[in-house]
Amino acid sequence: MRMKWAFLSLVVGLLAVLAGCEPVMVLDPKGPQAETIADVIWISIAMMAIVVVAVFSMLVYIVVKYRASKQSADYEPPHIEGNAIVEAIIVGIPVLIIIFLSIVTVKSVYKVEATPQGYEDQKPLIVYASSSDWKWHFSYPEENIETVNYLYIPTDRALEFRLYSYGPISAFWIPQLGGQKYAMSDMITTLHLAADTPGEYMGRNSNFTGKGFAENIFDVEAMPAAEFDKWVEDVKANAETLTEEKFEELLLPGHLGRSTYNGTHLEFSPAPEGHYHGDDSADHSSHMHED
Amino acid sequence: MNYFDRFAIPHPSPAIYAAMVAIGLTVIAILLGLTYFKKWSYLWREWLTTVDHKKIGIMYLIAALLMLFRGGVDALMMRAQTAVPDNTLLDAQHYNEVFTTHGVVMIIFMAMPFIYALMNFVVPLQIGARDVAFPRLNALSFWLFFMGAMLFNISFVVGGSPDAGWTSYFPLAGNDFSQSVGTNYYLLSIQIAGIGTLISGINFMTTIFKMRAPGMKLMKMPMFTWTALITNAIVVFAFPVLTVTLLLGTMDRLFGTHIFSMTNGGMDMLWANLFWVWGHPEVYILVLPAFGIYSEIVSTFSRRNLYGYKSMVASIVIISFLSFLVWTHHFFTMGQGPLTNSIFSITTMAIAIPTGIKIFNWLLTMRKGKIEFTVPMLYTIGFIPIFTIGGVTGVMLGMASADYQYHNTMFLVAHFHYTIIPGVVFAMLAGLTYWWPKMFGFMLSEKIGKWAFWLIAVGFNVTFFPMFFTGLDGQARRMYTYSEGTGYGALNLLSFAGAIVLAIGFAVLVYNIYYSTRYASRNISSDPWNARTLEWATHSPVPAYNFARTPHVNSIEAFWDHKKKKQPLFKGNIEKIHMPNNSGMPFIISCIFFVWGFSFIFSMWIPAILTTIAIFACMAHRSFEKDDGYYISVKEVEETEKDSEVLTDENR
Repeated sequence: MRMKWAFLSLVVGLLAVLAGCEPVMVLDPKGPQAETIADVIWISIAMMAIVVVAVFSMLVYIVVKYRASKQSADYEPPHIEGNAIVEAIIVGIPVLIIIFLSIVTVKSVYKVEATPQGYEDQKPLIVYASSSDWKWHFSYPEENIETVNYLYIPTDRALEFRLYSYGPISAFWIPQLGGQKYAMSDMITTLHLAADTPGEYMGRNSNFTGKGFAENIFDVEAMPAAEFDKWVEDVKANAETLTEEKFEELLLPGHLGRSTYNGTHLEFSPAPEGHYHGDDSADHSSHMHED
Repeated sequence: MNYFDRFAIPHPSPAIYAAMVAIGLTVIAILLGLTYFKKWSYLWREWLTTVDHKKIGIMYLIAALLMLFRGGVDALMMRAQTAVPDNTLLDAQHYNEVFTTHGVVMIIFMAMPFIYALMNFVVPLQIGARDVAFPRLNALSFWLFFMGAMLFNISFVVGGSPDAGWTSYFPLAGNDFSQSVGTNYYLLSIQIAGIGTLISGINFMTTIFKMRAPGMKLMKMPMFTWTALITNAIVVFAFPVLTVTLLLGTMDRLFGTHIFSMTNGGMDMLWANLFWVWGHPEVYILVLPAFGIYSEIVSTFSRRNLYGYKSMVASIVIISFLSFLVWTHHFFTMGQGPLTNSIFSITTMAIAIPTGIKIFNWLLTMRKGKIEFTVPMLYTIGFIPIFTIGGVTGVMLGMASADYQYHNTMFLVAHFHYTIIPGVVFAMLAGLTYWWPKMFGFMLSEKIGKWAFWLIAVGFNVTFFPMFFTGLDGQARRMYTYSEGTGYGALNLLSFAGAIVLAIGFAVLVYNIYYSTRYASRNISSDPWNARTLEWATHSPVPAYNFARTPHVNSIEAFWDHKKKKQPLFKGNIEKIHMPNNSGMPFIISCIFFVWGFSFIFSMWIPAILTTIAIFACMAHRSFEKDDGYYISVKEVEETEKDSEVLTDENR
């Protein structure tokens, strides 16, 4: 028993130490989508804590109370088949918990899959985010500029990311702005985000893509709209133009630092949107899926 | 790629040569040892050709324990590499191979044989049968599994290990991005082992349906047998999907089809879909037998019948259905839209309900009991809180919107280790300790066993609990390194420390086996735990024919009622017993499968064709074979049963 208490106090101690740390990224949201998810996580932690506490305390109580060493030698445990009321409770309460969590889930899934709340009135900023081994290419079609491995975004504006990949399945993830989504070669996936607070955030590919996966990260900088517009002007004035040749070079496997270009690769290497999915094969009839 | 380059010889890493030499020396030592001690014919007669479910179970057990250590060393290497930021112990490629083989070895070549070890040994005894329905097929299952495992294990010295993760998502695992033969090893070795498992599934379903002792209705079966039945039903439905998926992957890699490719109409999310249609039920294939083991142990050591037997049965049946309806939660983030995600969220979370029923039933079984803290019981009691954490984090992961944040992170890694380790490893160690006296005729040391348990339980929590936090802090899984600025260092170091404690725990377990084999008393009764089910109604170790006379069953706990209420268990006289003959064919055909797999892995077409023909020749040979088995005479049985307590028991 002493070991058990030692173990429990270790866990509690660990929790106390961790609670003193800075908030972990996922629970330190800087945008409405991440905030919705963080709320869901807190609700689920609270509900699940009830279950954990119930099971742990039942276990400790039963194990202490009914241990053999405490009982008389001639005690014969009874034969009990079951009890309808007890079994109704152990089914009923979990059912209620799951119903509650299901409602929370469904509501929040629809929320994070739509334009962030409060930003519906304005047009979202569209950014095509494509991955290649092991880089991220960000194309801003309206601004007609492109960056590699870093992302500037305006705060207080809806962002619509269109994700796809020039290599294996990767995943686009900025924990403090919202959840991740896969980027795949033959279709676009859409991710709605927004940032409330200016600042620098960590972004990464979170789906394993081979050797260079660990370093497949990018910086995100959220700034007020005016500053963002200024940056766009600046890029347009100073950055070199992205040629097809240059883009092919960028796609080669390996790591690169940041770079910035005028124009986007969407013109000569379109995203897998619409019926043709940007497929380079001649036989498009082999595509089964519709849009 | 140049033909001979595929074998990765010469290899850049000297460690590989060291491994080759070590493997070579071990093989030579085994061969010399067998020759010196004149054990060749013993090995062939007693083990390689055996069709006895008990010996097959023991061979599964040995293989599973070996693989546990192989996978464990991989795990230690991973935790060592990530213990400090910017570590250079392993390079990216090596790390990728290590976590891939860790996953494959632990799931396919450790957990699966471990559950089949216990099922093989225990199920026929629990239902009062002489053997499984098809003893020779059972041997074939084992040898196919074993050859698959061996084939997978030579990958790191010949040609390179797979490096695309145990889920092996295409197109990463395709030829364009994984150029070594590693993924070929993955596809073919799992294929061979998987065929073995599928055969086992059919074999055990038939056994449980057709070979139960008189009077043992389905609702009178012990809980472990129930879980074995349902598990094998899942195997029969899920494994064909794996077979097809691996075949399609093999076609892509070896024959240039474009099923999972990025171009020419390939669908890169198709692999994920097919893989998890098998992969999620597989999780329940692993955990349901564990639930059965805990049910037996908790009732034995609480000295009480299992609470809520009917709801236990209902819950495993419901779990088996739901297990096929949740696979999509593995790719909530694939862009499938809120409606699909909502539906699969609800089916996923729903599994918590039958699982919760089981947890509460175990608690209620202990209530009003007389709990004895034996080693198997410690694992069971330790399992409940740890698995509860695994379960509730599973519900959290099942909430699709939140999963967008947990997916692919260390949070997920922590969650599934919190379910699989208490749910499978603890159960198997509990079952191993529990049935050890029945298998070998002596008991494992309780004192050393308790040390092992506490080291494993504490080490496990210290290793995996921090991962919940690093995951929420944005640490993705499968990252071979991270920079100091991320702040993951301290918790990862703690994980490494836990992993060392865990490793020491397993070392103590091995020491326990060694110590007990040498020093434990051989003078134990047939029922040392005072247990409740039929397997304890025969000798320890069990004679070849299991039961001299067929038991007759009137209740769920026939043996217990026989002991307590003097209900008769064995009726009639001893008669001659029909037994199946040994056969070398399962071993031989599996060896051919090994060469067949190896030939395909390296695209060596001539041996591939020859071995394919040989496999069919073996099957044809079998179909013309006449083999009626043999009889054990009454005299021989009586000789063995002379000092049986069970016989005298009945006359009391």
